[in-house]
Amino acid sequence: MPTQNKNESRRDFLKKSTALAALTIASPVLTKAGENDEKIAALFEQMPLRLEVNGVAHALSVEPRVTLLDLLREQLHLMGTKKGCDHGQCGACTVHVDGKRINSCLSLAVMNEGKKITTIEGLANGDKLHPMQEAFIKHDGFQCGYCTPGQIMSAVCCVKEGHANNAEEIREFMSGNICRCGAYPNIVDAIMEVKKGGQSL
Amino acid sequence: MDKELLIPTSFADDRVDGVDKVTGKATYAAEHQLANMVYAVFVCSTIAKGSIKNMILADAKRAAGVLDIIYYANCPAVPGYNPYAKDPNKKGYEWRGLKVFNDNKVYSNGQPIAMVIADTMERAVHAASLVKAEYVKEESDTDFENAKADEKKLKKPGEYKRGDTDAYKKGEVSLEEEYTIPSETHNPMELHATIAAWDGDDKLTVYDKSQGPKGTQRELAQCFGLDEKNVRVVVEYVGGAFGSGLRSWPHVPAAVIAAKKVKRPVKLIVTREQMFTTVGYRPHAWQKIGISAGKDGKLTGITHHAVSITSRYEDFGEGIVNVSQFLYDCPNVNTSYRLLPLDVNTPTWMRGPGPATGCFALESALDELSYKLNIDPIELRVINHAVLHPISKLPWSTKFLKECYVLGKEKIGWQNRPTVPGSVTEDGMLVGYGMAGGVFGAGRGQASAKGILKADGTLTLQSAVSDMGPGTSTAMVTMGAQFMELPANKISFELGDTDLPNGPTQGGSGTTSAIGTAINVVCTALKQTLKEMAIANVPAFANLKPEALKYEQGIISVTDNVSINISYTDILKAANKPEIEVVKDSGRATAEAQKYAMNSFSVHFVKLHVHPVTGVIKLKQIVSAADAGKIISENTARSQMVGGAVGGIGMALTEEVNIDNRYGRYTNANFGDYHVPVNADAPPMDVVFVNKADIIISPTGAKGIGEIALVGVAPAIANAVYNATGKRIRNLPITPDKLI
Repeated sequence: MPTQNKNESRRDFLKKSTALAALTIASPVLTKAGENDEKIAALFEQMPLRLEVNGVAHALSVEPRVTLLDLLREQLHLMGTKKGCDHGQCGACTVHVDGKRINSCLSLAVMNEGKKITTIEGLANGDKLHPMQEAFIKHDGFQCGYCTPGQIMSAVCCVKEGHANNAEEIREFMSGNICRCGAYPNIVDAIMEVKKGGQSL
Repeated sequence: MDKELLIPTSFADDRVDGVDKVTGKATYAAEHQLANMVYAVFVCSTIAKGSIKNMILADAKRAAGVLDIIYYANCPAVPGYNPYAKDPNKKGYEWRGLKVFNDNKVYSNGQPIAMVIADTMERAVHAASLVKAEYVKEESDTDFENAKADEKKLKKPGEYKRGDTDAYKKGEVSLEEEYTIPSETHNPMELHATIAAWDGDDKLTVYDKSQGPKGTQRELAQCFGLDEKNVRVVVEYVGGAFGSGLRSWPHVPAAVIAAKKVKRPVKLIVTREQMFTTVGYRPHAWQKIGISAGKDGKLTGITHHAVSITSRYEDFGEGIVNVSQFLYDCPNVNTSYRLLPLDVNTPTWMRGPGPATGCFALESALDELSYKLNIDPIELRVINHAVLHPISKLPWSTKFLKECYVLGKEKIGWQNRPTVPGSVTEDGMLVGYGMAGGVFGAGRGQASAKGILKADGTLTLQSAVSDMGPGTSTAMVTMGAQFMELPANKISFELGDTDLPNGPTQGGSGTTSAIGTAINVVCTALKQTLKEMAIANVPAFANLKPEALKYEQGIISVTDNVSINISYTDILKAANKPEIEVVKDSGRATAEAQKYAMNSFSVHFVKLHVHPVTGVIKLKQIVSAADAGKIISENTARSQMVGGAVGGIGMALTEEVNIDNRYGRYTNANFGDYHVPVNADAPPMDVVFVNKADIIISPTGAKGIGEIALVGVAPAIANAVYNATGKRIRNLPITPDKLI
């Protein structure tokens, strides 16, 4: 693919130029030139990123190709957000960006500059569970629990969007979140209860 | 062993791991943090058959962060791959299944052929995309229909016969039809993943998505020539599996090989696409049923033949035709089952393995027969109800199948079923009702458990099982509370670590009865120990015999004089012990159990609508009735039944692996194109349990739910489609194009 080649040549260029620069400034200890080439090149491939995750401000440096999902899981170690397909087809990675539900696997981390991200880890208020979390437990809206963070994040927005007025509507607007254990009827019951409860979400 | 303790069915039994799961704290295989960990990514074959001539690695090697690239030519020797190379006559352990990176052979499209290890996930993924292979390509064969027509290609005939062969041909009312199901994938939401970490040359720790930590430990110890005690397998949470975690697939040894080679912990995640080609599936199967009955409905003959696919490098078969041998009373039955090897990866057990496929054919055929006989399909099944197991002639330990018919029939409103197909509409949609039965074996396996009773009043139970979702921990806490007569909040259950006592592999609906029995034995032993400790340490009990004491709700008292009593926590204090600990094994099933046939039964009822022009099917209601023995946890048991029915919806209406036979490659290896049911596909569902204990199988009274939850759902839907439209669809899935 042309873009790939372009990237490769950019990378090679960076490696050459930075390695030269490094040699001029210095260190005789730089014996493994190749390895350090890589480290220096890698630095140039990072982009600054500021975002807020669960109320905590982060100033990061990330590669542009890192998805929001992988940033959360592999770099910030917030493993509550799940990877189920990496293709935006299953909803397991659903998080809130500025209050809207999105598939975090389809969003590059750098696209979220200055945004407020909420993950499942940020939903509860300390030890006090969010009403949707409580409802999922009460109605047993899961079995294995793997799709559950995505279901809950999606469910909160489903109610906020005004798409939880009846069971049929909930089924449609929750169909972006696959549950292979098949807890769908229980998930619908949980959302109905939260909707009826009318708590602030 | 105690007789069955009356376990009241609780309606407020939230999952004990619920809070972990709704807060994101539950840790799945790929989520363990290890210092210095790196990432491995598979490169998979793009041909279905042949050999690798040359691996082109230069670009990948130059890519940033790459630590190593492993493929057949540089893969370190794996002891279990060819253990008898020097002594070919010797028999014993050998790694079963694909020996990843063992040689340059390609057996299927999507087979792992190389593995890139890099310092970040993105770098590993990118470098893997730069690896290319040159092949010597051979003509592949993945075309089931074509290959099946050639008798020479079929292997392993397994045959069964009682009475006359093909008796159906002479039956008063008979039919002969063929049924097919496509390959179906488990596709649990959690991607299969393994983290492997070596400590020196002989100690290995593995975090894995496994349904059997002990089984994985055994496989890896043997494969890598290690002492079992030096292999620790941790499986804290499993994000679904449905059978795909019953054995170790290529990525498990691959991660171990990678970690050894780069001398760092390695995380290997199988991608969703790779899950279609590396971790098994329910095999594509063809079945032919000949069935006959007298005009009174009494079955006179069943002939059931099946062929299912397997890989070239491994035979996988399952009990597809067995259901026809024993589910109904019929004097003349003959069956055959053969395997058809193709250039595909190996299939495996998937929820309800065998009966799920077999019941689609048998229960569809019975429905067809009911229309020919003009007998209600429920009535037809009642007429042919087997009182004794037709093969062994043994009675069932318990069998409440008839009760399931009654319970489900009422709940679905069976009286509204049109007797003439396609004759009733609602809101412009054709209305159909259907039912079908399901069955699965219910024997009890062996398990060990440890109980740690502490002076603070808590009881910790442990067993090296894993919980892929059904709620094993919840059921064990419920049973522990009942057996020990203590509040549930005093009990905890720990699992998912091979350092714990031997637990079974979670499969075949046997976990609850196996570990539940071990816990029963542990609790009995704890009570005995408490009595002995009271006698030895508490003056009021001195010189008494344990038989003279009784245990009730945490209190040991003298049977003849209950005013002499002491609580279990005070006994520990008196003995100055912070805790007492017992490890017990359930033992094998009792001799008494050999005198019975043992099965769980289900009957599923469906109401649906079919659009008369477009063929779109809208499920309106599903009722699942189950004879699963005593229900330990109403909450989790119900969820399991509902979940199984949702799986059955996929099997019936949407799930189908498509393969392009020119290349032997799947064309829909993702969730966008392989359609598992979504929320909008699931109608309101009801679950009814007979809820009668089977204490012959185990003191828990439970028979198992996981498989019967799905077995029978697909034919119930197919039968309802016929009832709505008059169209009999014998090849799944029932997509709208087949109805118009």
